[in-house]
Amino acid sequence: MDRKTARDVYRVMRRIRGFEERSATLFGENKIWGTIHSYAGEEAIAAGVCANLRDDDWITSTHRGHGHCIAKGADLGKMFAELLGRETGYCRGRGGSMHIADTSKGNLGANGIVGGGIPIATGAALTAKQLGTDQVAVSFFGDGAANQGTFHESLNLAAIWKLPAVYVCENNQYAESLPVKRAFAVDDIAVRAAGYGMPGLRIDGRDVRAVYDAAREAIARARAGNGPTLLVADSYRHEGHYYGDPRKYQSKDEIEGWRKRFDPLTDARAWIVDEGIASAADLDAIDREVAEEIDRAVAWADAGPLASPIALPGDVYAGD
Amino acid sequence: MQATEARAPAAAREMFYSEALGDALRLEMARDERVIVIGEDIAEHGGAFQVTAGLLERFGPTRIRQTPISEIGIVGAAVGAALTGLRPVVELMYVDFAGLAMDQIVNQAAQNRFMFGGQARVPMVLRTQGGSGRGNAAQHSKSLEAWFAHVAGLKVVMPSTPGDAKGLLTAAIRDDNPVIFLEHKLLYRTKGPVPEGEHLVPLGKADVKRAGRDLVIVTWSREVLFALEAAERLARDEIEAEVVDARTLVPLDKETILASVRKTHRVLVLHEAVKRGGYGAEIAAMIAEEAFDDLDAPPRRLAGLETPIPYAQHLERSVVPQVDDIVRAAKELVA
Repeated sequence: MDRKTARDVYRVMRRIRGFEERSATLFGENKIWGTIHSYAGEEAIAAGVCANLRDDDWITSTHRGHGHCIAKGADLGKMFAELLGRETGYCRGRGGSMHIADTSKGNLGANGIVGGGIPIATGAALTAKQLGTDQVAVSFFGDGAANQGTFHESLNLAAIWKLPAVYVCENNQYAESLPVKRAFAVDDIAVRAAGYGMPGLRIDGRDVRAVYDAAREAIARARAGNGPTLLVADSYRHEGHYYGDPRKYQSKDEIEGWRKRFDPLTDARAWIVDEGIASAADLDAIDREVAEEIDRAVAWADAGPLASPIALPGDVYAGD
Repeated sequence: MQATEARAPAAAREMFYSEALGDALRLEMARDERVIVIGEDIAEHGGAFQVTAGLLERFGPTRIRQTPISEIGIVGAAVGAALTGLRPVVELMYVDFAGLAMDQIVNQAAQNRFMFGGQARVPMVLRTQGGSGRGNAAQHSKSLEAWFAHVAGLKVVMPSTPGDAKGLLTAAIRDDNPVIFLEHKLLYRTKGPVPEGEHLVPLGKADVKRAGRDLVIVTWSREVLFALEAAERLARDEIEAEVVDARTLVPLDKETILASVRKTHRVLVLHEAVKRGGYGAEIAAMIAEEAFDDLDAPPRRLAGLETPIPYAQHLERSVVPQVDDIVRAAKELVA
């Protein structure tokens, strides 16, 4: 990873963390309706993968989708506006946290259905192949989704058709409350790739450099027409499944221990400073800029008009 | 089909329903390279009901994309392809298999446009077939249109004649929304006049297949043929039944249905699907809400019994409306 990319991915990770922290505050203030799922702790995966993508490449995301959306280049103001139910939000208040999409940047949407985005990314990759473009589709999904039928059917289709797809499994150790050890009889989810005839690679999802390098190779392979890859990134979800999750399935020791041991932002700061890519003061400056950006984004979102009433049939059907 | 024949333009050719559908696919694929067909057994085999016969030779294996048996993978890939610029036509072999793909149909295809605040379009067609009458028993014979009609974001089309099959499929492929296109397994080998070349039947337009003054039978798919046969028998007893083929359930052509109700003052809503929660209830309720004062009798429904489709031939016939049942119901309604 070159020096500029290192600083860029650090900023992306900081923007994701900042977005999640502010969302938690807004949620605590009852300004966000419904539920939100924090990506805190998993930032290195979205940032490291998307640093290798172009605006016209596609991603599909998950219910824990804020990080992917930000890493793919979304505007924080329009994201906050969506959470606040404003007309100025990405989905005009119709979708909310679990359905944010930004098609202008190739984000085909967060998804409230576990595993729901995997075949959709596969279809996007089919479009690229069919039309002869060199676009790539990346599907982000969790360890829970790796046990859905869509995972199996999609990876098989992509492999037999040599589609330009990359499947990124974010193993954050829990499918809602179920620990991975009780959901898989294998230690390494990446071994499943062999069953589909594609490369599978297990990577340290805490280390943005490892994610970046693996994704770069997988994306280049897809772009060159050599078919799909499965990446499995070991990670840890700092928060519960959703804000307010009592986390009865985890011990306090585990949560605090893992949070300290598994923080991609702390890690990135350490090696960026160690390797002389940027000083601690430089990184502090980035942190301040991001904090200001988030303040501005929330203020802009909060000033936006409430989402307009549902207009039928036009909101539901195109061309009517 | 008499009325359709009378209106068919000169440049029409007798075709099987299956051929008419294939003709629509062939013309639309030639017209727009973004149109692809994706599904099981659609290549060399030509589709379980021969609708795609000959298309592999013409368009090759990338546009006639035969898949493994992976219903949710296929439908989901079509959703993703539609979101990103293709216009896929999925062939799902039996509507009964829709359960395997329902998340992608309902939670993804139908709702993407709405959930994303209008950022997305999902121009895809899901062609499948349903219905009983061929001894395929409970897992290959259902009529499930009500499932799809209940979901905001889907359009639902059920052609009864070869001409309508071609025209409605063409319109469905050009529509920018997910369209559930429900064929009937016993209609594939029915013949009728089909306009040559480009032929469009707009979605949301019902068709008066037979004019009559004493009652109107509102129906769709194979029951249209049964209704027309029943109407001929009723005419011998000087009962003139109008037959309205809804053709599209979503959007529904209320105006044509209500005009027939206002003319005949009696309505029989007829379908093969199970009566309970069937789409006929929606139509009967719509008529009661909007044309109550025009009715001389309560709207009546004749539909499938609340049972899975049985196997044995006589049993299979006993659970879905047959011509005799329609004649009897119509006579009771006008009595």
